Amino acid sequence: MAKFQPYDTASDKAWYYIFRVICGLIFFFLMFPILVIMPLSFNAGNYFTFTPEMLRLEIEGFSLKHYRDFFTNPDWQVALYNSFRIAPVATLLSVGFGTLAAIGLSQSHVPFRRTIMAILISPMIVPLILSAAGMYFFYSRIGLQGTYIGVVLAHAALGIPFVIITVTATLAGFDKSLTRASASLGAGPVRTFFKIQMPLILPGVISGGLFAFITSFDEVVVVLFVGSASLKTLPWEMFNGLREQISPTILAIATILITLSVLLLSTIEILRRRSERLRGITQS
Amino acid sequence: MVNVDSLVGRNSLHRKVQRSLRIQKLRALGLIAPLFIFILISFVIPIGDMLFRSIENQLVSEVLPRTTEYLKSEQINEGWEPPDELFWHLYIDLAIATEVKLHTRVGSRLNYEKTGISSLFRKTGRSIKKFGADDYSKALSEQMPELASIDYWELLSQGTSEKYGYTRDTYNTWKKNLIANDHWSEKTKPSDFLFVVLANDIKSQEIDSSLDASREEKLLPVISELPEIGFKERFLDTDEDWAEPDVWDTIQLYSPSFTNGYYLNSVDFKKGSDGPKIRPENERLYVLIFSRTLFMSVTITLVCLLLGYPVAYFLANLPLKYANLFLILVLLPFWTSLLVRTSAWKVLLQNEGVINDILVATGLISNLERLELINNQTGTIIAMSHILLPFMILPLFSVMKTIHPSYVRAAKSLGATPWTAFRRVYFPQSIPGIGAGSILVFILSIGYYITPELVGGTTGTFISNRIAYHISSSLNWGLGAALGSILLAVVLALYWVYDRMVGIDNVKLG
Repeated sequence: MAKFQPYDTASDKAWYYIFRVICGLIFFFLMFPILVIMPLSFNAGNYFTFTPEMLRLEIEGFSLKHYRDFFTNPDWQVALYNSFRIAPVATLLSVGFGTLAAIGLSQSHVPFRRTIMAILISPMIVPLILSAAGMYFFYSRIGLQGTYIGVVLAHAALGIPFVIITVTATLAGFDKSLTRASASLGAGPVRTFFKIQMPLILPGVISGGLFAFITSFDEVVVVLFVGSASLKTLPWEMFNGLREQISPTILAIATILITLSVLLLSTIEILRRRSERLRGITQS
Repeated sequence: MVNVDSLVGRNSLHRKVQRSLRIQKLRALGLIAPLFIFILISFVIPIGDMLFRSIENQLVSEVLPRTTEYLKSEQINEGWEPPDELFWHLYIDLAIATEVKLHTRVGSRLNYEKTGISSLFRKTGRSIKKFGADDYSKALSEQMPELASIDYWELLSQGTSEKYGYTRDTYNTWKKNLIANDHWSEKTKPSDFLFVVLANDIKSQEIDSSLDASREEKLLPVISELPEIGFKERFLDTDEDWAEPDVWDTIQLYSPSFTNGYYLNSVDFKKGSDGPKIRPENERLYVLIFSRTLFMSVTITLVCLLLGYPVAYFLANLPLKYANLFLILVLLPFWTSLLVRTSAWKVLLQNEGVINDILVATGLISNLERLELINNQTGTIIAMSHILLPFMILPLFSVMKTIHPSYVRAAKSLGATPWTAFRRVYFPQSIPGIGAGSILVFILSIGYYITPELVGGTTGTFISNRIAYHISSSLNWGLGAALGSILLAVVLALYWVYDRMVGIDNVKLG
C-alpha cells in the first residue's frame, strides 16, 4: 500500500507525520526509564545520574562495583535465595491446580461456570493490599503467618488467575474431535490426556507458569505482611532499600531483572507462536 | 397405570442422556474442586476474615464483662456521675485483666475512639494492686490458713451455695483467664482481690441469722475490723479521668460485640450515644484520602487513555509483522518488575535526577528552580501512568484490530473529512476497548500500594497506604479492615461491570 493516496491533502500528510512523532514520543516514554537505568547501573560513583566522565564515555566513569556488591552482600544473597525458594514451589502449586481446573472449566456442561470463573480470577482483581491484609489476619489465626508455607500458599493463590486465563485460552482453540479420535482408537482417558491433550496445551501451561512465576518473584506486598524477617525476598529488600536510603546496588539488580524479563518475554512469544502453529492457527 | 413410554424405552434413553450429562458435570466439577477449595482457604476466607474484623468488637465486653453489663442500663450524659457500684465491678474486671495484661489491649482498643484511655488503663493497671486488697488477704489467711491454698478455693468454687455466687463467678473468670493466657500452674496462689470479693460476700449476709458454717464465724469478726476500701476514691486518686462521663460513654458505646464504629470512623463520623455525628473539621481525614484516591485514579486512567489510544491505533493499523515488533516495546515494560520500574522513576524524578539534569543542561530551567517531581502527586501520577499504560494499550489494541478499515474508507468516499470519519465511524467502534481498558486501569490503580508508597510522599498516597499503616503501624486493625472493605466494595462493583462488559475470561495477557 502506498503511503499516500493521490487525493490526500497537504494537511493529511502533515497529520500523518505528526501522528507518528506523537506515537514515537509515547513509545519513548514507555521505554525511557528502562533504557536509562541500565547504563546508570555501571556508574563508577554512587550517583543516580550520569557523571561527566560517563557522558564523555571515559572508562573511569564505568565500573561493575554495584554488581559486585549485589553478588557479595549477604543480605542480597539471602534475599535472592529466598526468592528462588518460594517462587518455583508457588508456581508448581498454581500450575497443578490451575491446569486441572482450566480443563474442568472448558468442558461443555459446567454449572455456575461464570461464578466459579469470577471467584477463581478474583485474586488478580482484588487490590494486593487487601489480599495481604486478609491473609495476614487469617494466617495469624491458623499459625501460618511468618512461615514459608504461608508465603507459598499466598503466592500460589495470586498466580492461579494467570494460569487459568492462559490455559483456558489455549483450550478454547482445542479441537475436541482429537480426543474422540484417540478414544475411538482405544486409548483410555488418562492416556488420551497425556498423549493428545497435554502436548497441545503445554505451551499455554508453560506460559501460565511463567506468569505465575513472575507474579511470585516480583511480589512484595503480600510478602511484607505474610512473611517474616527470615523470609525476605528480593523485592522485599528492594522495597526497603528504596524506602530508606536508596543504594545504587538497586540499579544493578534492576538491570539483571530487566534481562530476566527480556528472556521470559521471548520465551512466551516463542511458545505462543508454537502453540498457534500446532493448533493450525496461522498468522494472517 | 403403566407408562407406555417406559415400555418402549423412550424414557430410559432420556434417563441415560440425563445420566451421562450428570456424569459430565460431576467430572468437570471434580476437576475444578481442588483449586476451588484451595482458593477458598488461601484467599476467600482471608478476605472474609478482613470483612469480619471490620465489625467485630468482642474485646471490650470480654475483658470488662461486669463493667459493660452494669453500664448497659446507665444513661450517661453531661452531668452524670459514675456510681460507687460501677467502680466495684471495674475493680474486679481490671484486677483480673491486669494479671494477664489484657487491660493494655482494651486500653489501646478504646484509645482509637478517645485518646488518653490507653494511658488511663495503663496507669490504673499499675496501681490497682495497691488498692488495699493485700490487707484483706493477709488478715483472712492469718485467721484461716487454708485460704492461702488454691485447693480451698477450688472446693469453694464447686459449691452450690447461693451466698457465694459472686465469689464463685469471680474465681472462675479469674481462673479461666489465667488458663487461657498460660499463666495458670500448679503453684498459682489465690490473688489478693479474691479475698476482697469473698469478704464482701460474707459481709452482705450479715443480716442472715442462720449462719451455720464455721467459715463465716471465723472470718466475720476479722472482716468487720478491716477498713472498707473506697473503690471510687481509689480510682479517682489514681487518675481523675475516671470521673469523666466521656470515658464511660466510650466504654458503653463500644460494649456490644459488634460495632459499626469502624465504618463511621472510615467516613469521618464519630459514634455517639445520640447517633453518629460528623467529626470536627480538624479531625477529618478519610473522606479526603478517599476522594484523593478517586481523583488520582481518574487522572491516571485519563492519562493512560490519552497516551494509549494513539499507540493502539498506530499498532492496529500497521501490518502484523511490524505490529508485533512494536508490540514488544509495550510488552517489555509490562513484563519488567514493578519495583524496577518504580525505582527507575524514583531515580529519574529526583531533584538531582536525570530529568532535572536534562532540563537544566538544556537551559529550560535554571539550576536553582529544579522541579519537584517526586514525593508528591505529580510523582505518583507519572510513575503509575507509565506502569499501567500497557493495561490500556493491550485491550484497546485487541478491539481496534477487529475494526475493518473499509468502514472509514466508505465514510471518506461518501465525503467525510478524515476527522469526521474518525469521530463518527472509527471512534464509536473503538468504545468497547476504551471501556475495557479504562475499567482495568481504574481497578488496578485504585488499590495500588507500592508505587505511591515509594514515590508519593505524603500528598501522593492512596487509601491503600492508609490501610497498610493501620495494619502494620497503628495496629488499629478494625479501622484498616473497614477502610479495606469499602475499597473492596468499589473494586468488586467495577469487577462486576467489567465481567458484564468484557467477560473476565476474555482478558488477554501479552
